[in-house]
Amino acid sequence: MSTLSQDHSLGRMSDNTIDRPGERAPLVLNMDKFSEVTATVCRVNEADKAPFAWYVAFAAALGLLSVLGACIGYLILTGVGVWGLNNPVMWAYDITNFVFWVGIGHAGTLISAILFLFRQKWRTGINRFAEAMTIFAVICAGTFPGIHVGRVWFAYWLFPIPNQMEMWPQFRSPLLWDVFAVSTYFTVSLLFWYTGMVPDLATLRDRAKGKIQQMGYGLFSLGWRGSNRHWHRYERAYLILAALSTPLVLSVHSVVSFDFATSQLPGWHTTIFPPYFVAGAIFSGFAMVVTLAVPARELFGLKDLITLRHLDNMNKVILVTGCMVGYAYSMEFFIAWYSGAMYEKFAFINRAFGQYWWAYWIMVSCNVITPQLFWFKKIRTSIPLMFVLSIFVNVGMWFERFVIIVTSLANDFLPSSWDMFTPTWVDIGTMVGAFGLFFTLFLLFCRYLPMIAMAEVKAVMPQADPHGAGAGKHGHHGHGHAHSHDGHGH
Amino acid sequence: MSRFLFPKWSNLLLPTIIAAALTIPLYAVFFVAYGLSPKTLEVGYQPKQPVPFSHALHAGELGMDCRYCHTSVEKAAHASVPPTQTCMNCHTQIRPQSPKLEPVRESYETGLPVEWTRIHKLPDFAYFDHSAHVNRGIGCVSCHGRIDTMEVVYQKSPLSMGWCLECHRNPEINLRPTSEITNLGFDSATDLTAEDREALKKKYHISPSEDCSTCHR
Repeated sequence: MSTLSQDHSLGRMSDNTIDRPGERAPLVLNMDKFSEVTATVCRVNEADKAPFAWYVAFAAALGLLSVLGACIGYLILTGVGVWGLNNPVMWAYDITNFVFWVGIGHAGTLISAILFLFRQKWRTGINRFAEAMTIFAVICAGTFPGIHVGRVWFAYWLFPIPNQMEMWPQFRSPLLWDVFAVSTYFTVSLLFWYTGMVPDLATLRDRAKGKIQQMGYGLFSLGWRGSNRHWHRYERAYLILAALSTPLVLSVHSVVSFDFATSQLPGWHTTIFPPYFVAGAIFSGFAMVVTLAVPARELFGLKDLITLRHLDNMNKVILVTGCMVGYAYSMEFFIAWYSGAMYEKFAFINRAFGQYWWAYWIMVSCNVITPQLFWFKKIRTSIPLMFVLSIFVNVGMWFERFVIIVTSLANDFLPSSWDMFTPTWVDIGTMVGAFGLFFTLFLLFCRYLPMIAMAEVKAVMPQADPHGAGAGKHGHHGHGHAHSHDGHGH
Repeated sequence: MSRFLFPKWSNLLLPTIIAAALTIPLYAVFFVAYGLSPKTLEVGYQPKQPVPFSHALHAGELGMDCRYCHTSVEKAAHASVPPTQTCMNCHTQIRPQSPKLEPVRESYETGLPVEWTRIHKLPDFAYFDHSAHVNRGIGCVSCHGRIDTMEVVYQKSPLSMGWCLECHRNPEINLRPTSEITNLGFDSATDLTAEDREALKKKYHISPSEDCSTCHR
C-alpha cells in the first residue's frame, strides 16, 4: 500500500485498454481501498471552492442561458414570426433542436439500463453523469415543443386535459404520442437517476461538515443507513427501473421518428426511420458523453475512475452506431431509387445536391466518415482526438435533423411552393442558448451531486469479490453487484 | 445539535410530496375545466338595461312572437335588436306617457338609438348563424331559455365550445318542427317522440359538422 502511494510517479497506471487473456482489465486504477474511491469522488463536492475552470464554465453557461431566456421572452412577446420558419418550412430550428436534445438523452438510458441488464461493469464509472446528461437533455428538448406552439400560454393543450371546449388532442397523431413518450421517459429517467443516487447521497451526508449540507443530503438520501435490508430493496428497485427504462431506449426515439414517418412527405415517409433514429440517438448521446467526460475527468481528477478503457468502450459504441447511421443514409438512397417513386427519388437527390447540399455533406462527413476513424485504437485512446471527433459527431447529428426536417419541407411535391429557409438571429440565439441551459444544469450537478456512482464502482473492484480479493483469478461470479462492501461507516 | 440523519419529521415529507403531486395537477385540471369555463364565468349574466323592458310581459303575457322585434333571425346571422321605431309602433298608442318609456321617447325624438347592453356574446373567432339554426328546427328556447318568463333577460346557456359541440354531436334531442320555432313552451323532449325527432332530422337534412372550420372560419 504505502509503496504504491509513494511511487505514484513510477507505478501509476493510466492505460487499462490492453486485454490480457485470463485477466480482467481493471476498471478502477491506482486504488486499493473503497475509501479511496469515496474520497476521490466526494472531493469534488466537498471542496470549499470549485476549480477555477468550473467558475469560468459556469459563467459562460449562465451567459448562454440568459441568451436563451431573452430569445424566448422576445418570442413570446412578439410571436413565432421572429423565427425564420414560414410556409412551406413550418418546422425548422425548433424541431431540429427538439430531436437533437431528445437524441442526446438516449446514451444515459442505454448506459444505465441496457448495459446494466447486460452486466457491463464498465458502465458504473460513467452511468451517473450520463443519466444526469439524459435528464438535462430532455429538459432542453422539452423547451422546444413548448415554445414552438406560437401561443405558449396554450402549451397545456398538448396534454389531454378536460376543458370547456370539449376539445382533445388528436389521439391518432404521433405529436401526442410524443408528449406521452417524452414525459414518460423523463419521469422514469429521473426516478432511475435518483434511486441510484440514494446510497451515494448518504455517503455525502455522513461526510458533510455543514448543517445545511447534512440536511440537504440527509433528506434526499431518505434515511439510508446501508443495512442489508436497504441494499436488498435498493437492488430490487434498481432492477425494476432498469427493466422499465430498457424499452424506453427504443420507444422514445421511435415515437419521435413517427412525427415524420407517419406523414406523407417524401423524405419523411420512410419505414427505416424508427431504428435509424434510435441508432442516431445513441450515436449522438455517446458522443455527448465523451464530450462531457473528457473535460470532467480532467478537471475534477477522476481519471482513475473514468479510465481510458471507459472512453475506449464508448468510442467503440460510437463506431458501431455510426456505421448503423451510415447504413441508414445509404439505405434511404437505395429505397428512393428502388421504390421507383419519382418524388422520393427527387427528395434524396435534392438533399445531396439541392439548395441545402452543404448541410447534407456536413452531416455525411461528420456522421459517416468521422466515426470510421475509431477503427484505430490509437485514435480511440487519444484524448484530444476523441474530444474533437465527439464534437464533430454532435455537429453532424444536429445537421442530420436539420437536413431531414428542412430539406424535405422546403422542396415537396409542388415546385410552385418551394422555398428556402433562412434562420434569424432569434433562431440561432435559441439554439445556442439551449446549450447554456444544458451546461448550467450539468455544472451544478457536477458541483453538488456525486458525479460517479461510488457504491457501484466499488462493487466492480476486485476487492469486492468475496472469492478472491484482488486476484481476479476466479473471474467474477454471478452477481454483478457485490454490495456487501459499501462505503458506509468508513 | 446532533448529526442530521433522518429525523422523524422528515418521514412526513414523502407523503406530503406524493399528496402534493396528486392534488396540484388535479386542482389545475379542475381549475381549467371548471373555473375557466363560461359555465362558471358567463351563465347568469344579467346586466341592467337602459329601459326596464320586460320580456315576461311582451313575449309571455301578451304572447308576441319573437320575430316581431327580432326580424332578421330567419334570414341573417344576427337576430337583430329592434330599432326604437318598432317600440313606438305600439307605444305611441299604449301608455305613451309611461315614465319607464322615457329613454325610448327620447331616442325616438333625437334619432339616437337606445344603448342596450349585449348579453349573449360570442368571440369574433367563432362564426354563428341564427338563420341556419332556426330554419332547420332549432328553437329559440334551446339556447336562450324561457325568455317569456324573464323580467330582465339573463344568459341561460354557457355558449362555450363544449356546449355547442354537445348539440352538434347529438342534435336530435333539440329538433322541433319549424312551426314551433318561437314557441318557447314547446319541449322537444316531451312533446315529440323519438321517431318524430328522427323524422325531423331526415326532413331537415341535419348532419351538423364538427370540423374546426365550421365555426372558426
